[in-house]
Amino acid sequence: MKTNKMTFRSILPALVVFGLLSYGCTQKQLGSSDDAAAKVYVAPGEYDEFYGFFSGGYNGQLSVYGLPSGRHLYTIPVFSQSASSGYGYSEETKAMLNTSHGFVPWGDAHHPELSQTNGETDGRWVFINENNTPRIARIGLNDFKTQEIIEIPNSAGNHASSFVTPNTEYVSAATRFSVPMDDEDLQNMDVSIDSYKENFKGTISFIKVSDEGKMSIDFQIMMPGFDYDLSHAGKGPSNGWSFFTSYNSEEANTLLEINASKNDKDFIAAVNWEKAAQYAKEGKGRMIPGEHVRNYVDHSTGEVKSETLKEVRVLDPRELEGIVYFLPTPKSPHGVDVDPTGQYIAAGGKLSTVIPVHSFSKMQQAIENEDYEGEVMGIPVLKYDSILHGEVENPGLGPLHTEFDDKGYAYTTAFISSEIVKWDIEKTEVVDRIDVYYSPGHLMIPGGDSQNPDGKYLVALNKITKDRYLPTGPEMFHSAQLIDISGDKMKLLLDFPTEGEPHYAQAITREKVIENQTRFYKLEENNHPYAAKSEKQAKVVRDGNTVHVYMTAIRSHFFPDNIEGIKVGDEVYFHVTNLEQAWDVPHGFAIKGANNAELLIMPGETLTLKWEPKKPGVLPFYCTDFCSALHQEMQGYVRVSPEDSDVEITYGTGQ
Amino acid sequence: MAGVLFAGCGGGSDSKNTSKDSSGQKESSELTDFQMEHGIGPVTEHVELDDTLNEKLITKGEKIFELKCSACHKLNSRYVGPPLGGITNTRTPAYLMNMMLNPSEMIQKHPIPKALLGEYATVMTDQNLSREDARAIVEYLASEDRKE
Repeated sequence: MKTNKMTFRSILPALVVFGLLSYGCTQKQLGSSDDAAAKVYVAPGEYDEFYGFFSGGYNGQLSVYGLPSGRHLYTIPVFSQSASSGYGYSEETKAMLNTSHGFVPWGDAHHPELSQTNGETDGRWVFINENNTPRIARIGLNDFKTQEIIEIPNSAGNHASSFVTPNTEYVSAATRFSVPMDDEDLQNMDVSIDSYKENFKGTISFIKVSDEGKMSIDFQIMMPGFDYDLSHAGKGPSNGWSFFTSYNSEEANTLLEINASKNDKDFIAAVNWEKAAQYAKEGKGRMIPGEHVRNYVDHSTGEVKSETLKEVRVLDPRELEGIVYFLPTPKSPHGVDVDPTGQYIAAGGKLSTVIPVHSFSKMQQAIENEDYEGEVMGIPVLKYDSILHGEVENPGLGPLHTEFDDKGYAYTTAFISSEIVKWDIEKTEVVDRIDVYYSPGHLMIPGGDSQNPDGKYLVALNKITKDRYLPTGPEMFHSAQLIDISGDKMKLLLDFPTEGEPHYAQAITREKVIENQTRFYKLEENNHPYAAKSEKQAKVVRDGNTVHVYMTAIRSHFFPDNIEGIKVGDEVYFHVTNLEQAWDVPHGFAIKGANNAELLIMPGETLTLKWEPKKPGVLPFYCTDFCSALHQEMQGYVRVSPEDSDVEITYGTGQ
Repeated sequence: MAGVLFAGCGGGSDSKNTSKDSSGQKESSELTDFQMEHGIGPVTEHVELDDTLNEKLITKGEKIFELKCSACHKLNSRYVGPPLGGITNTRTPAYLMNMMLNPSEMIQKHPIPKALLGEYATVMTDQNLSREDARAIVEYLASEDRKE
C-alpha cells in the first residue's frame, strides 16, 4: 500500500506538468462551457458592448478590440510608421513623428488612458505614452486617428504615464530612467555613469489638456534619482493628488535586478498637483531650457504641423513646500491604483508578500501631524504605520496591478503565480482567485480606474502565451483572457490573441463612442493647399525639378490617369484627393518603385506621396483598396523621360 | 437594436455597403406609378420648377455639381456616367433628386437606372447630398437645358 501511495504521489505532479506543457486541454476545459460561449457570442451583424483600447507595446500602436467577443476591430497607428495607411510616410503625416531628436519612426507604446469628465470616461480621446523617446499622444475617438503628440523634455523612459486627472485637466508623465541633470537647468550631462548618486535625477511632468485637447507642459517637478514606474490620479476626496510608484531608491546604476532590490521599502510619491499648479500659475519655480516638439493635426487642411518649444517650468520640492510626500511602500512597487471612492491607494510590490493599501485620509492626517520618518531631497517621508489602511495577506506571488469593480472589490494580477486575486477593499482580505495563462501584467475592467467602474468583465493581459494557441514559431501574439466578474466567483470566458505587447488597456461602453463617429471628411471643409476638389481643379505643375500632381480619385478612376513629361531626377508629389462622400470608401494610391509606402485616402481627404523616379520608362499606378466592381480598372500611367529630354508636361483622363 | 439603427444610418451606396436594405421594399415589378415616374427615395411628392428659375439656386447647384458630380458626369458627352444635358426634359425633378439622394436603392429596384448600369458599369456613388443640395442641382441642370 505504501509503495502504491508513493507511486501515485510521484505520478500526479508529472501529469500536471504534462498537461501544462502539451495541449493545455485541462485548463481549457475548466474555462469553456456553453455558458461561457453564450456570454462572449456576438451574433453576425451585432455590435460588441464595449470598445477596448489595447496598447500595442513594442509595435508602437493602439489596437481596438470589441468586448466581450475579443474581435480585433482596428489598429490605430500612433508612434510607429504604418505602411498600410501611409501614416508616418505621407507628406501630411510624417511630421507626427518629429521629436527633438529628429524623425523617430518607431515607439514603445505603454498605457492607454481614456479622457474623463467628473471621474468617468467620456469618449472624447484616448491618450497613450511612449516610453523610449518620451512622448504622449492624444487620439480622437471621433475618427480614431492620432491627433497630437507632445514630447516630454528632461525625461528618459516615459513609463509612469499617460494617466489623467478626473476632469482631464492634466495628463501625467515621469522618468522611468533617471539621468544626470545639472542642478541649474536640468540639462543631460556628460559625466561618469558611476556618479549616479551625485548627479542623476528624475522628473514628474504635468501636461495641461485644453478643452479642445491641446497639450502643453504646465510644469515639471524635480525628483530624486529613482526609477518612476506607474501612476494614477486621485479622485473624490483625493482629487487634486496624483500617486507615482518608484523603485531603485537604492540609486543603483548597474545590475538593478540585484542592486535595486535591496531596500525593504521604496516610495510612492504623492504629488499635490493642485498646489503645484497653483505655484506654477503664480510664476513660482523657474523656466529652464527644455526643448521639446509638439505635433498636431491642423483640422482645416488635414496636415500635421510641428512646433518646437524651448522652455519648461520646473518646480523644486526643496524650495516649494507641500507639493510632494513619499509614502514608504514595500519592495519595488510597480502599479499604484486608487479605488473608485478615492479613499484607498493600493500598490503592487513586485517582490512583496502583501499588497499594501494606504489610506488617503490617514496620509492627510500624517502630513498635518508632520508624522515623518525622514526626508529625501526636501521631500518628507511619511511613517508607513501612520498611513496604512491594511495589508492584503496571501495575494499571490509578484502582485503587479489592481483594478476595481463597482461592488467594493479590487482585483490584482500576480505575475509569478499566474493568477488574479479578488479582495475586499475595506477588509483587505482575499475573497476569490482564478488561474490565468500565463503571467499577467496589467489587467483591465471597463472604467476600472475611474470613479464609475462597470463590474461585468475583467481582461487579464498575459505576458506569456506558450501553448494557448496554434504555435506560430518562436514568436507568438500575447494572450488576453476575458473573465466574468459579475458574480461572487470569477469565471474564465475567453482567450483571444493581442498584437504587440498590450501593457495596459482601457474600455468604454459603445454608446459613448459611436454617436460621434466621423464617416467621411466633408469636401467643402477640405482646405488642403494641394487639394483638387473636382476634376476641373486637377492639374500637373512643374516648378524646376519639383512636380506637383493635383489628382482626384473616385470610383473608379483617377484624374489625371495619363501623365507625361516627368523626368528622371524629378521630385514628384502626388496630392490625391478622394472625392467620395460616403462611409467606408477609401481609395489607395501606389506607384511602382516608390521608396516609401502607399497612401490610403479617406473620403474627402487629401494625402501626398513623394516619388523620385530613377530611370526612364512608363510606370503604372493604381488603387490598392478594392473600391468597386471596376476597382481593377482604377489605374494609370506616368511616362518618365531622361533628365535632359524635352517632353512637355501633358496629362488627362479619358482623352 | 442600437446596432441595427447604427448600421442603418450609414446610407452608403458603395458596393461594400449594399448588402442590407430596409426590409419590405418593393421589387421593380411592384413599384407604384409615382415611383415609376418620380423614383424611389426621400422625395415622395411632385416637385415643380417655376417658369422663372432662381438664379441664386442655380449658382449654388452649379457649385455643388462641380464638387460632387463632375468627376463622373459631363453635360454633353458620355463620361463615367451618362451625359446630363437635356435630362430635365426626360426625367422629373423628383426622380432626379431621388436618384441623387438614394442611388443604391434606385439602382437595385428602378428599371431605368438598372438598365443604365448595364450600359455604364460603374455604380453611381452616394455623395451624401442634402435634399436642398439635390434640389439646387436640379435647378442648375434645368437652367442649362433651357438655354438650348
